[in-house]
Amino acid sequence: MQSSIAGWRRRLAYGAVTFSFLFLMSIVVLAQATTILNVSYDVARELYKDINPAFIADWKAKTGETLTVNQSHGGSSKQALSVIAGLDADVITMNQPPDIDILVTRGGLVAADWRKRFPHNATPYTTTSVFLVRKGNPKGIKDWDDLAKPGYQVIVPNPKTSGNGRYTYLAAWGYAFDKTKSEQVAREFVTKLFANVPVLDGGGRGATTTFTQRDVGDALVTFENEAIAISAELGTDKFEIVYPSISIDASAPVALVEKVIAKKGTAKVAGAYLEFLFSPAGQEIIAKHAYRPRDATVLAKFANRFPPIKTFDVEETLGSWADVQKKHFADGGIYDQIILKK
Amino acid sequence: MAAVRAHRVLPGFGLSLGFTLAYMSLIVLVPLSAVFILTSTMSVQAFLDAVASPRVVASYRLTFGASLMAALINVVFGLLLAWALVRYRFPGKRLVDALVDLPFALPTAVAGISLTALYAKNGWLGQYLEPVGIKVAFTPLGVLVALVFIGLPFVVRTVQPVLEDLDTEIEEAAASLGADRWQTVRRVVLPTLLPALLTGFALAFARAVGEYGSVIFIAGNLPMISEITPLIIITKLEQYDYVGATAVASVMLVASFILLLIINGLQSWSDRRSARGL
Repeated sequence: MQSSIAGWRRRLAYGAVTFSFLFLMSIVVLAQATTILNVSYDVARELYKDINPAFIADWKAKTGETLTVNQSHGGSSKQALSVIAGLDADVITMNQPPDIDILVTRGGLVAADWRKRFPHNATPYTTTSVFLVRKGNPKGIKDWDDLAKPGYQVIVPNPKTSGNGRYTYLAAWGYAFDKTKSEQVAREFVTKLFANVPVLDGGGRGATTTFTQRDVGDALVTFENEAIAISAELGTDKFEIVYPSISIDASAPVALVEKVIAKKGTAKVAGAYLEFLFSPAGQEIIAKHAYRPRDATVLAKFANRFPPIKTFDVEETLGSWADVQKKHFADGGIYDQIILKK
Repeated sequence: MAAVRAHRVLPGFGLSLGFTLAYMSLIVLVPLSAVFILTSTMSVQAFLDAVASPRVVASYRLTFGASLMAALINVVFGLLLAWALVRYRFPGKRLVDALVDLPFALPTAVAGISLTALYAKNGWLGQYLEPVGIKVAFTPLGVLVALVFIGLPFVVRTVQPVLEDLDTEIEEAAASLGADRWQTVRRVVLPTLLPALLTGFALAFARAVGEYGSVIFIAGNLPMISEITPLIIITKLEQYDYVGATAVASVMLVASFILLLIINGLQSWSDRRSARGL
């Protein structure tokens, strides 16, 4: 009995020593490999899961260096707040410029001219707000006007908490404004449209669930990439996509977090990572995930996926993002006013 | 001083009081005071704008109203459940007993999603309720359902041990002294259970006021109708409005604290009442 206990003790001790050795080794190995962190918005998870291995292979072929790319996803404002609070992000990839601008104004983590650092205002891809309707389009929804008619139910994520929802609101506003050039008309139009919204989910995915799983609503307004993904996932026999006459250009901006890459010495890798998004290889992965690529050749290759649609740019049509944010979505802004009226 | 010390039977009073205070400060008071410190940086006008706009006021009404109602419902049905679990033997009793704790263990988001799936118009229950005009999912009623769900264990688990200690002989004694059944329940059983019921009520209420995860999926989140206060706080955070968020949070904290104080007061009143033997 005694000896067997002693034997166990010995084995345990050996085990512990071996384990700690392996543990230390793995720390050493991990510390040697360069690691970068991409902090991103919620639904880009699947895209970067494919981008990262492709970039790691590309970087290895070019430099022989083995990289680790970590990714973190969540609601975009929450993610930006984490970076402000000290999450060591090398790069930040968002779906709305304000979530990067906040890193410029708070703590100067990102260079003020981040839009100029990469092509297309530092947006490697774009998407737009489209409608998803039930198969056969039973209510005959063709354009924004139909969504604002009485007796129609529209599912939109909450513009207060979701970039997707803000783009939808602005797309509807832009549609009415484009037709009449009158802010008053645009305001009445979005009032009518949001009076038709029975549920405001926190984010794009939640709205998708409400529309597709809970069977609520006649149309879901969401990003084109999400609509294509739903059709692919749940079968084209259940839903179809409707392209309105005009919609919004929802370009996804990316930026280097200067303060972090200076501290970690990862400027070169992080820069190459974002550049990779604009390369033909990166653009192809982007197109596969149903985002519209910037590269003309890649876009042509996937042309049947992306029917042409007239879009307008927020900053060209409605003013700077900071102003738009303040005028429409801040507490007491137009969105708050119209939703209180209904 | 020495005389006072001599009266204490248990040693280590100074040490344990010191530890209690330090621990409470570290875990509860410091994080909470951060809320008030951040709020105090606001001007009075900005504070009022943040906490008294119609939309925020509507959310207080929903959050506190639904929480009180849910806690009341849980007191009634939690008592029934605890009674059944303590006083009767039936097959599957242990299973039911274990099930009571499930709302504790379940991640709240899971609870919210399953309740929504259940009560949506194509769900198991929703498909029968909606045709007769009862809409649960995406209405304030849905909020109430979620809050009842998460609050149930608090009442059952506080009442159960007290009920177990309550000897049936006391009830028999009451009966032998000529009390009818209703009198026994009203005069003997309920007064004994009252402190535990109040504790259960307070816990269920406090939990409901702060609940976010389960409610958010079923509420529908329409401004003025089904927006809960925690959502307002999250919304302000999403807009990088830290200070506005903490202002609303401080109002919630103060309101909850006052309500809990009242409940505690009721409790000590009922304690004194039962100590006097009615």
